[in-house]
Amino acid sequence: MNSALVPEAPTGNSEPDQRRPTDWTTGASRRRTRRRYAAERRFRLMGLAAVWLSVGFLAFLLMSMLWQGASGFVETRITLPIALQLDITPDRVVVRGADLALAGAGIEGAVDAAATAAYGAGGAELLSDGAWLHVRDAVEADPTLLNRRAMIDVSAAADIDVAAKGEGTPAAEAQVAKLAAAGALSRGFNLKFLTDADSTDSTRVGIWGAFKGSLMTMIVTLALAFPVGVFAALYLEEYAPKNRWTDLIEVSINNLAAVPSIIFGLLGLAVFLGTFHLPRSAPLVGGLTLALMTMPVIVIAGRNAIKGVPPSIRDAALAVGASPVQVVFHHVLPLALPGILTGTIIGMARALGETAPLLMIGMRAFIAAPPDRITDPATVLPVQIFLWSDEVNRGFVEKTSAAIIVLLLFLLAMNGFAIYLRNRFETRW
Amino acid sequence: MTTPKITARNVSVYYGATRAIDDVSIDVTQDEVVAFIGPSGCGKSTFLRTLNRMNDTVPSARVEGEIYLDGEDIYAPSMDVVQLRARVGMVFQKPNPFPKSIYENVAYGPRIHGLTHAKGELDDIVEGSLRRAGLWDEVKDRLTDSGTALSGGQQQRLCIARAIAVDPEVILMDEPCSALDPIATAKIEELIHELKGRYAIVIVTHNMQQAARVSQRTAFFHLGHLVEFGATSDIFTNPRAERTKDYITGRYG
Amino acid sequence: MSGLSLVILVIGLALIGWLAGRMRAAAFRRGSTRRFSSQPVHHGWFVALWTVGPPLVFLAIWALTSPALVTDAVLANPAASQLPPPGFDRASILSEARSLAQGRSYGAFHELARTLAPVYAAAQSRFDWIASGIALLLAFAGGAFTFTRVGPGFAARTQVERVVMILLLTASLIAILTTMGIVASLLWEAGRFFRIVPAWEFLFGTHWSPQVISARDPGASLGAVPLFWGTFFIGAVIAMVVAIPFGLMSAIYLTQYARASTRRWIKPTLEMLAGVPTVVYGYFAALTVAPAVRQLGVSIGIADASSESALAAGLVMGIMIIPFVSSMADDSLSAVPAAMRDGSLAMGATSSETIRKVLVPAALPGVVGGVLLAVSRAIGETMIVVMAASGVATLTANPFASTTTVTKQIVDLLTGEAEFDSAKTLAAFALGLTLFVITLLLNIVALTVVKRYREAYE
Repeated sequence: MNSALVPEAPTGNSEPDQRRPTDWTTGASRRRTRRRYAAERRFRLMGLAAVWLSVGFLAFLLMSMLWQGASGFVETRITLPIALQLDITPDRVVVRGADLALAGAGIEGAVDAAATAAYGAGGAELLSDGAWLHVRDAVEADPTLLNRRAMIDVSAAADIDVAAKGEGTPAAEAQVAKLAAAGALSRGFNLKFLTDADSTDSTRVGIWGAFKGSLMTMIVTLALAFPVGVFAALYLEEYAPKNRWTDLIEVSINNLAAVPSIIFGLLGLAVFLGTFHLPRSAPLVGGLTLALMTMPVIVIAGRNAIKGVPPSIRDAALAVGASPVQVVFHHVLPLALPGILTGTIIGMARALGETAPLLMIGMRAFIAAPPDRITDPATVLPVQIFLWSDEVNRGFVEKTSAAIIVLLLFLLAMNGFAIYLRNRFETRW
Repeated sequence: MTTPKITARNVSVYYGATRAIDDVSIDVTQDEVVAFIGPSGCGKSTFLRTLNRMNDTVPSARVEGEIYLDGEDIYAPSMDVVQLRARVGMVFQKPNPFPKSIYENVAYGPRIHGLTHAKGELDDIVEGSLRRAGLWDEVKDRLTDSGTALSGGQQQRLCIARAIAVDPEVILMDEPCSALDPIATAKIEELIHELKGRYAIVIVTHNMQQAARVSQRTAFFHLGHLVEFGATSDIFTNPRAERTKDYITGRYG
Repeated sequence: MSGLSLVILVIGLALIGWLAGRMRAAAFRRGSTRRFSSQPVHHGWFVALWTVGPPLVFLAIWALTSPALVTDAVLANPAASQLPPPGFDRASILSEARSLAQGRSYGAFHELARTLAPVYAAAQSRFDWIASGIALLLAFAGGAFTFTRVGPGFAARTQVERVVMILLLTASLIAILTTMGIVASLLWEAGRFFRIVPAWEFLFGTHWSPQVISARDPGASLGAVPLFWGTFFIGAVIAMVVAIPFGLMSAIYLTQYARASTRRWIKPTLEMLAGVPTVVYGYFAALTVAPAVRQLGVSIGIADASSESALAAGLVMGIMIIPFVSSMADDSLSAVPAAMRDGSLAMGATSSETIRKVLVPAALPGVVGGVLLAVSRAIGETMIVVMAASGVATLTANPFASTTTVTKQIVDLLTGEAEFDSAKTLAAFALGLTLFVITLLLNIVALTVVKRYREAYE
């Protein structure tokens, strides 16, 4: 319709091309436009699908961990009728050394005997290796148990526990059915999972050992990486002259931030263990290795934060006669600190989840006791997860996922704190 | 006077709660060049961008009033914005050639709109458009060079060639010479003269001499209002409104 | 005296120095009206720094050199004459003697180690006393000397600030030291490996089975080509087939289509994918994805589909890399000037035409750079392949077959019970060196591409 309104091009142009204006109303043109809009919708849909699938992966990952791990915090208990006949006086179980005294008096054998008495031959097999510890704790809490018959709930053996949660072997399922029929099964929160260390029996494992190891490693990492990272960032951003050395430092830092973590493990193995003969598997070495890995992250975040402090503040401080060092330590650093801290927390969160370099420096040993010093052999949460994931026993599956939940909760808390810091202290200049 | 090509009636534009254009009515005929002048921030560019709905790309922008292209409401739901922009082309303040070859820059429009069916046809359009933009002789031997490698003035003429390659009915020019040197500016102005008649042209400019040189009619905008609209010769020699007089005599702006 | 208590003692001395310097400076200021360049606290720091600095520097150097001195002292002892000539046996006897002497172990395999242990302990304690003496002497000397310098005309602040500057410079040099440490240790250990196995046999050999290394020709079973292929196949092919389309399309959707409010919460959610520890991905891959992939393989008629397939590891790795690709692509797309987009839209192009024909080509260098960085990260990723990929090196392009990678082999080689000097353990360092060089090159190329791209639009 519009073509009628369009006058011919004036002849003043010496153009070879005297095409008539495009008619947008023809069928072909309309079809083409429809096709183009269809392509537009398809493309947009693809984008939306990509976003939702990616978010879906995350949701699926978290859900499957939650699903499998939730039961790791729950233990199956068997009610054990027991009448202890121990050669020990009640006053000895309320003082220091009661643990040893009860063990010496043969409480473990007494529990096994009670299980056999209650559930027939093989009854002791139904109980966890750590069942007698429950009885011991119960006795210490209530010494009258030494002299009377009582019903005490103790942890079930790994295969019974697994069967009670619906994944067991037929034989174990049958036993569970029998116990359930007798009303001897119950469930409870597995507190020992949060307070104990590694064990070979899946019903006795705990993450406290690994958690403490992680904590010590992180303290070493933070103590080294934070000051060095902040100082390096201050130097590069505030004082470094523009020369080849500075360039070399910058290139080093940027490359270190992208070096695969396992290479840092090799460095730790060759230098800290090989050359300096530091103890294997120790949080000290783990912390040193992770500090080297975290330092570039802190430097890069620190430099960005320092860059964000406007030059006018520096000028103002210089103008009242502050020295360059005073300008930085009195004005720039405090203003940049929230940004630096945010970067540090993110770097620390990465270090907390790191596994590969720690395997290299020997942190994959079976450690059944929490470390007391930073030179003691230890393991850390992600390595513990790795070790448990390798276990054949079905009972370890839920424990692995449960440990993952704990690790993820901590990472979430750290990242949440970083976001809070950023929002709380972010200044717009 | 011939039937108006573009008719705008009581157009107001809002960015969020701020009113950038207040109740502007204007019409542009097929064979003329209309210039929009006014101080910075007076809304002339905003108004120009409503004419091919480029304001759609700003999420907070809202347009009230009616704008017709050949009697068709361009803000009507049935209006296809893709075809609208093919019919109302635009040249921007800063030359913005795509980071592709010169040839591909010009061929882009005909390709996406499916205007040609054979390579030869496309070659013809590219050559014709470049010729019409006065750039052919300068670039015919290096059509495969990147469009961004040209000088500023050449880039802007390439953008004009790109706009006319889809054979629009109207060309909007948003301060097309503000980033160019005087020689390149002169070339663009010459080009506008040659394009006049074949395309209705609306040009926004900061430069009053330029408005006087290239346009037949001029609209003076101030603070979102259309203060005065009339023959260019009248506006510059005998302005009716006080504000127009102040502006063209350089009291402010 | 143990190292820790010595350091605490030195720091205690420094604290005394700080207080003393401060008080002395405060004293001469009292009653004076003139202006001083330095405050008392600067004088305090000046004394403290000179008390604590020299002994700590000395102790650091001592910690590096004293093991060698102790060993020399032990070797000079007549008992050491029975030691075998330098080599593996000699080193292991000495190391056993060292752990016995330091109380880190209680039994020894070699009889000689038990005889040498007391010698070792004696030498160790002798050198420890020497070190403590020198360190304390340095602390006293430094503190006393600087204390006498404290006076009205002394510019303590300048001195302290100079030390602060040196401290800052040292901190930044640690980055270079770390890089040098990595390069040196990898080169050194890999060099030892290449003396046993020629480099070309390692780099171009196609047979990898470190479980059985023949003593006569160790190179025959240490050809790393299958590992390089597996690494490339999992990290650069399968993972990227997942990560590039998902990452790029997510970035396109978030930058071009999504409303600002949607973008605000989707972006951090996607980034959470990158924050999940790799060991969790590894567990997920091994427990959930690998069996599913095997089922899929069997169901489409691949009978020998492995439960440790390249596909499972690669898929999960790809998911892990999505946010990485997406955020690089996001940056690149956002860097394309808005004028470019407007120019295309003003021609009557639809959004998707604008994106496909103008924005993505314009952002391509940035996107390619980002993908290279992603590849570099994928091939250096360890835990996913350690947990989900196989240990058997096969040269195959079948994604359902088992494949191994460089990182997986490094972990396997170094966590066995083999002695530190064997070709097997040293091979891990040669693999590490290769990995380091390749990721370094990838990073340099990627960063150069990205940098040039950013400059083009500035």
